Amino acid sequence: MYRIVKKERLNDQVTLMEVDAPLIARKALPGQFIIFRVKEGGERIPLTIADYDREKGTVTIIFQMVGKSTKELGMLSEGDYILDFVGPLGTASHLEGYKKVAVIGGGLGTAIAYPQAKELNRLGAEVHSIIGFRNKDLIILEDKVKAVSAKTMVMTDDGSNGNKGFVTNALKDLIDSGEKYDLVIAIGPLIMMKMVSELTRPYGIKTIVSMNPVMIDGTGMCGGCRVTVGGETKFACVDGPDFDGHLVDFDLAMRRQQMFKKQEREAECRLLGGANNA
Amino acid sequence: MPNMSMKKVDMPVQEPNVRNCNFKEVALGYTEAMAIEEAQRCLNCKHKPCMQGCPVNVKIPEFIHLVAEGDFEGAYFKIKETNALPAVCGRVCPQENQCEKHCVRAIKGESVGIGRLERFVADWYMKNGKKETVEITPNGHKVAVVGSGPSSLTCAGDLAKLGYDVTVLEAFHTAGGVLMYGIPEFRLPKAIVQKEIDSLKELGVKIETNMVVGKIFSVDELFENGYEAVFIGTGAGLPSFMKIDGENYNGVYSANEFLTRINLMKAYDFPNTDTPITVGKAVAVVGGGNVAMDAARCAKRLGAEHVYIVYRRSEEEMPARLEEVHHAKEEGIEFRLLTNPTRILGNEEGYVTGMEVVSMELGEPDASGRRRPVPKKGSEHVINLDTVVIAIGQTPNPLIKNSTKGLDTQSWGGIITDENGATSRPGVYAGGDAVTGAATVILAMGAGKTAAKAIDEYIQEK
Repeated sequence: MYRIVKKERLNDQVTLMEVDAPLIARKALPGQFIIFRVKEGGERIPLTIADYDREKGTVTIIFQMVGKSTKELGMLSEGDYILDFVGPLGTASHLEGYKKVAVIGGGLGTAIAYPQAKELNRLGAEVHSIIGFRNKDLIILEDKVKAVSAKTMVMTDDGSNGNKGFVTNALKDLIDSGEKYDLVIAIGPLIMMKMVSELTRPYGIKTIVSMNPVMIDGTGMCGGCRVTVGGETKFACVDGPDFDGHLVDFDLAMRRQQMFKKQEREAECRLLGGANNA
Repeated sequence: MPNMSMKKVDMPVQEPNVRNCNFKEVALGYTEAMAIEEAQRCLNCKHKPCMQGCPVNVKIPEFIHLVAEGDFEGAYFKIKETNALPAVCGRVCPQENQCEKHCVRAIKGESVGIGRLERFVADWYMKNGKKETVEITPNGHKVAVVGSGPSSLTCAGDLAKLGYDVTVLEAFHTAGGVLMYGIPEFRLPKAIVQKEIDSLKELGVKIETNMVVGKIFSVDELFENGYEAVFIGTGAGLPSFMKIDGENYNGVYSANEFLTRINLMKAYDFPNTDTPITVGKAVAVVGGGNVAMDAARCAKRLGAEHVYIVYRRSEEEMPARLEEVHHAKEEGIEFRLLTNPTRILGNEEGYVTGMEVVSMELGEPDASGRRRPVPKKGSEHVINLDTVVIAIGQTPNPLIKNSTKGLDTQSWGGIITDENGATSRPGVYAGGDAVTGAATVILAMGAGKTAAKAIDEYIQEK
């Protein structure tokens, strides 16, 4: 059992939790993930580690309440326990040796992009962060991102923060204004990571994306998390979650993401006491 | 006077057309009277040929003799002297290739139903037995066991009985390994596996779940934490795919994923549990082993109208147990033998719609001694499908190999050990599928037993 030591609502849908997991905190690195299970009979859900504190022995997760399991997690309070919490899983990001990096977070992806920006900054890279949200009420982690970035752009789809546009518009402007990036990291919805990768491809800028497909064990056993990268099948859980954005087959990944959508809606309806109570 | 019937006492089973709609156990077990009747078929041979076939040396004639006398509790303790998991072995051991193969009664007629009797005794004890009390004197030495499948549980149990302070580290949230995630409820009820695990806990074995060794701890860190020896029983968990077109369409599962969703996550009970599975109307399971039979029979129980076993060789070469093939056929599984997939077909949304296969014929024997299947030109045809399950084998997971310096492995990933389970690293032992590649529960248990003995000798000599 893993105790929730801190809970904070970042916006209507997004919650931050610090979880007491000293053994995981001791080993965690940026880019790695955990798998949680709220209760007996619950699903195993992967979440990328948003932060960790080795001294306090805590691991921070940030999640959006989109399905039954994340909603159940979101209903827990400080002091409550999560039944299972496994990690650190996956291969850590390789962030050494870069001079200037554009770190792009889309929506909840900002929570995963942030530790990368923080680590790059610590390693001495000049970090330009671009974070994008649907509207200004959904903006998360703006101050934290700014604190570790030489330059930060916050974009909204609807312009409600006065800065209308997609993250790709901002990135293109920066590149065209003469910024020379030796790496772009893009983390967010698949479509956003695809668009960023398409944008950087003609410029030949190395682009890393973070894949978060459906998986069960997170150790290479089920193969449910397979992604096609450069024509080869890879397992996101052990070979990733980071992959070369120019080699990932995003269309396939988007189709695979739909695989259990119908069942997920069914499970959620039951949680919410909806009509589908059969 | 022994019972000279040529045939085993029949085991009651659920009717095929009833059981293929539920996940309850297929075989129902002997009654006391049936068990005594079957036990009386044993000739109590002096040279005990049956025992030569048992990887964990169960004292077979002795326990059967006790069953014949109606001393079921005595029979249980006799089995438990050498076998930590009798209720499991009585269900999933391939007895026909082991103890029962050597039975004198099998020369004329059927062997004694050793497996059925072992199962009866274990089940009887679970229901009626007194709580086991085992006197253990702690010896103060710590051993870590990585993984919690049959080899690990056996190794842990044997070491605990010798007085070791044993900690089992399991990556999943539930201990049991393949007994929990792989073998379906209808062949091996999970409550029975849990009881066997609970009886290990009573011996003082500590079980820590959610521990992915290679990530949270390396093997070296286990030694730093005071463990004097480490046993690796992490199984063969890495699924093989066919590397054909269409394998990543929605509705294509590895057998591992398919079975784990169903058995460990209990997707058959969705939406009462949260992990979904869908099979649609037509399912093909590619492969001819026990895992393929398990997956096919699960698919049928989940409501598929047509479930095909697609296997590139003929029935004779099938590695699955005869009994499993027989049960699968009874339940309406359709066998497409001498048939090999060439590609998986899908629709625009990315879901499986079918599989193109080619007919095969058997040519000259290959390296495995089985006749090599050769495609028949122009015989390609399509099977319409909603789901494809790939059950063509598993290899050991590389997590531990990749995080342990100096641990020698085979090119395909198996950990290299000597006949006692010792690896290239002093104090590190391994056994089960992690060493042999996918094999049987009982061979893994035998390896766990051998390694426990070697670990004891290693620590005592230090």
